[in-house]
Amino acid sequence: MAENSEINKREDFGLAKAESESAPITEQVAGSFFKQLQGFWVTFITMFKKVNTVQYPFEKAPTAERFHGRHQLNRHPDGLEKCIGCELCAWACPADAIYVEGGTNTPEEQYSPGERYGKVYQINYLRCVFCGLCIEACPTRALTMSNEFELADSTREKLIFEKEDLLAPLRQGMLQPPHPMYPGSTDTTYYRGEVPGSHPSQETNSHA
Amino acid sequence: MTNNVETTEMITCVIDGFEVTVPKGTLVIRAAEKLGIQIPRFCDHPLLDPAGACRQCLVDIEINGRAFPKPQASCTIPVETGMIVKTQLTSPVADKAQKGIMEFLLINHPLDCPVCDKGGECPLQNQAMSNGRPESRYEGVKRTFEKPINISSQVLLDRERCVLCARCTRFSEQIAGDPFITLNERGALQQVGIYEKDPFNSYFSGNTVQICPVGALTGASYRFRARPFDLVSTPSACEHCASGCDLRTDVRRGKTLRRLAGEDASVNEEWSCDKGRWGFKYISSRERITTPLLRGTDGELHEASWPEAIAAAAAGLAGKRAAVLTGGRLTTEDAYGYSKFARISLGTNDIDFRSRGNSVEESEFLAAIVTNLSTTYRDIDKADQVALIEFDPEDESPIVFLRLYKQSRKRGLKVTTLASHSSRGSEKLGAIRINNISELSELTAKSVILVGERAHETPGLLSSVAALAQQSGAKLGWVPRRAGERGALFAGALGNLLPGGRPVTDAAARVDIQSAWGVSTLPAEAGRTTDQILRALDRSELGAVVVGGVDPMDISSEALTSMLNSFVVSLEISHSAMTAIADVVLPVATVIEKSGSYLNWEGRTRAFDRALEDSLTRSDVRILSMLADEMKRPINLPTVAATAREIESLGHWDGATVTAPTQSLAPEVIPTGNQATLESWRLLLDLGTLQQGEENLAGTARPATVVISAARAATLGVVDGNSVSVTHERGTITLPVAIGDIADEKVWVPRNSIGSQSIVTFGAGRGVLVTVVKA
Repeated sequence: MAENSEINKREDFGLAKAESESAPITEQVAGSFFKQLQGFWVTFITMFKKVNTVQYPFEKAPTAERFHGRHQLNRHPDGLEKCIGCELCAWACPADAIYVEGGTNTPEEQYSPGERYGKVYQINYLRCVFCGLCIEACPTRALTMSNEFELADSTREKLIFEKEDLLAPLRQGMLQPPHPMYPGSTDTTYYRGEVPGSHPSQETNSHA
Repeated sequence: MTNNVETTEMITCVIDGFEVTVPKGTLVIRAAEKLGIQIPRFCDHPLLDPAGACRQCLVDIEINGRAFPKPQASCTIPVETGMIVKTQLTSPVADKAQKGIMEFLLINHPLDCPVCDKGGECPLQNQAMSNGRPESRYEGVKRTFEKPINISSQVLLDRERCVLCARCTRFSEQIAGDPFITLNERGALQQVGIYEKDPFNSYFSGNTVQICPVGALTGASYRFRARPFDLVSTPSACEHCASGCDLRTDVRRGKTLRRLAGEDASVNEEWSCDKGRWGFKYISSRERITTPLLRGTDGELHEASWPEAIAAAAAGLAGKRAAVLTGGRLTTEDAYGYSKFARISLGTNDIDFRSRGNSVEESEFLAAIVTNLSTTYRDIDKADQVALIEFDPEDESPIVFLRLYKQSRKRGLKVTTLASHSSRGSEKLGAIRINNISELSELTAKSVILVGERAHETPGLLSSVAALAQQSGAKLGWVPRRAGERGALFAGALGNLLPGGRPVTDAAARVDIQSAWGVSTLPAEAGRTTDQILRALDRSELGAVVVGGVDPMDISSEALTSMLNSFVVSLEISHSAMTAIADVVLPVATVIEKSGSYLNWEGRTRAFDRALEDSLTRSDVRILSMLADEMKRPINLPTVAATAREIESLGHWDGATVTAPTQSLAPEVIPTGNQATLESWRLLLDLGTLQQGEENLAGTARPATVVISAARAATLGVVDGNSVSVTHERGTITLPVAIGDIADEKVWVPRNSIGSQSIVTFGAGRGVLVTVVKA
């Protein structure tokens, strides 16, 4: 029995209901006229409300705090890069937009604390879907996303961002790598955030 | 250990309710494998002695109704009749025990997996997933160590990743015989350590990285370069020596990142030497030649197109009497290409694969004896005595050394060595050193004589060896240093041999080859040896030479100058001394860019495919074929596959061979005073062309030393470590001294190590008189 009613319901395809509602407006109850007025009222009252439209690109509105914008490769307080070239971002990327080649730090040329640094770092913004999985994968918080979203350009080549395009700018107290690590520090000191900034002794190689 | 299946007692036991019959002495874990039951393990390795170190393979065992009170390590217990084994699959006790052990192992194991080299091919990772607890209950602070520490310049150790399975220490002690590493300290602080005084400079250290079941040992040149799933793996063969190791080449983004030892029970088992494992940087060297080069009128090499270069080479060779020198590193197919090119396109038998010292006696020995040799590694395993003639296995063919060491450790195999002094390798083998071949005794049909390529340096020695093998019935093996020599011999890249061991002077053999090649005549006179070719070039009796991968300094110090007046076509991979004087340089493929095969010292074919699919470089044989076409004397070998087919169709000669050499041993000149006779050989890790660019590998090379006898040291007033100068009229080598069991009238230096290149400095590797003084 239950099966039969099921079939009946299915065969009906909701036609009966549609037929009843498609009756001419004159035949409907009087209340529906007020409903239409209510609709017009919404339109009318909006004319006196604050406008949400932003006159982009003449005006720019701030994005949400955790907006997924252009990536940034961060630095430690003394200027050394946080990226260790582990390629986990490249592996996490569902769009295959990231290409990383690691290099080995040497005492003469130290780019990041520890053994390895990202020698080549490219993000292809034609491919990137801004999902943020790379940021979750990054073990050193080297890769984060900024709020910048204006990434249109005229050629494909320009949309492949190199390491120098992605690296965070040098702030107060930072030195351009390669330069030696903070005196007396290890990579762990860096990861714990115990390095306050650059030390004068680190400047030795900065112009090499 | 013996292979007599009839006499081996078989034992039946029950594992997880299934009966299995295995030879007596089989370990429970191995018997389970036979049934397809995988018991998790870390320390167990089929080629190492059982250790029971990791405790991961615990199972429940009951013998004749009496159960062990606790789970037992299945990797240490041999099966017995009536044994009933319950693995983690059927016994909750075993399963719980295994999960508990896994939990213990993981307590201090760092969460390095995302950046660890082993991640993705890690037994700990895999077995933690299959046999571990899904969640960690450990909330304490993990033990940490400073990381990584250099065990050697090649091997790095992350101590916190180590699960103390002792595979590395057991390998270095039991397989390589270099017990430089050991487990130090106890408890949670237990760690693999090195002896401060004796660094881990083993020739086989790379194997410890490969068998480490976690990422504790990593190779410096591969560390953090890739993960297993980035790599494209191709089975390949080693191009470094005649041992014939099976290797695996892992390529990422067109670059070789690592090579691992492949498994071949009859050759290299699961091992390889460090040279084969890490010596591949020359492939991606900046010195690689990428386009053909032509010497212009200004005397400089200029880039040229292939048609231009081939035309220039053909024009230069036309009308001249030309010879062919092929280095010992060619594949059999390439060597066959040179062999056919010399005979058809150049119309000469002047071809020699020996880019080293050589003699007519050796040519005869190779043609008469070596082409028919069939001694194998198995013969070493079964031998009652092994005699090494001017052959240092550890330096010159490391896998042969591993076999010898295995037998000497297991059953005290008697090894006798004819050498200037006992090297580290012969000391490890407990070899009895003799000074003269007549001292060899008790040779039987089960004995094996391994003769090295240096034997030709003593006139008459190869003849005596051949006679001795004939007399005693002992098996004879000829072990050259380079991977391509036996193959080149088979391919006929020798003046007195046509392909397949056919003597040039035998008319029937020539007819055989003529019909196969479709030519009406072949040159009938035996060709010159390398030395004779060089002399003829010097005297302008020959006008041109085609050279494939030869370093002239390997032959003699005059080799390069003798080629200066001739037209030189060089087929090379990188810029070298040879290309510096060549008129036409044609770039060729390296071993990872081409397919082909080598014949190892046993004569066993080691075929390999190319690892790099989209390489533009070509194999020598393809280029020679183009050149022959241009010369209008085609050799019709368009591809390596076609060449291999042609070689196979020719088969081996079964007719008469040339007669074996019968030169008698010349009495040696005994120098007096501070004069001495020079002895040398090449160390495994030295300045070899194929080791260029790999600094980590070079870091574990043995230091170059001068070996002198205790008596001479006393006369000179030097002790171990003092410097002495070895002087010849051409030059001087000054090195620290090492006192050895060398004869008083001899002095030994490495042939091609840093600070000691005897051929460059003295113009000879052996036999010249030198003066030894305190420096």
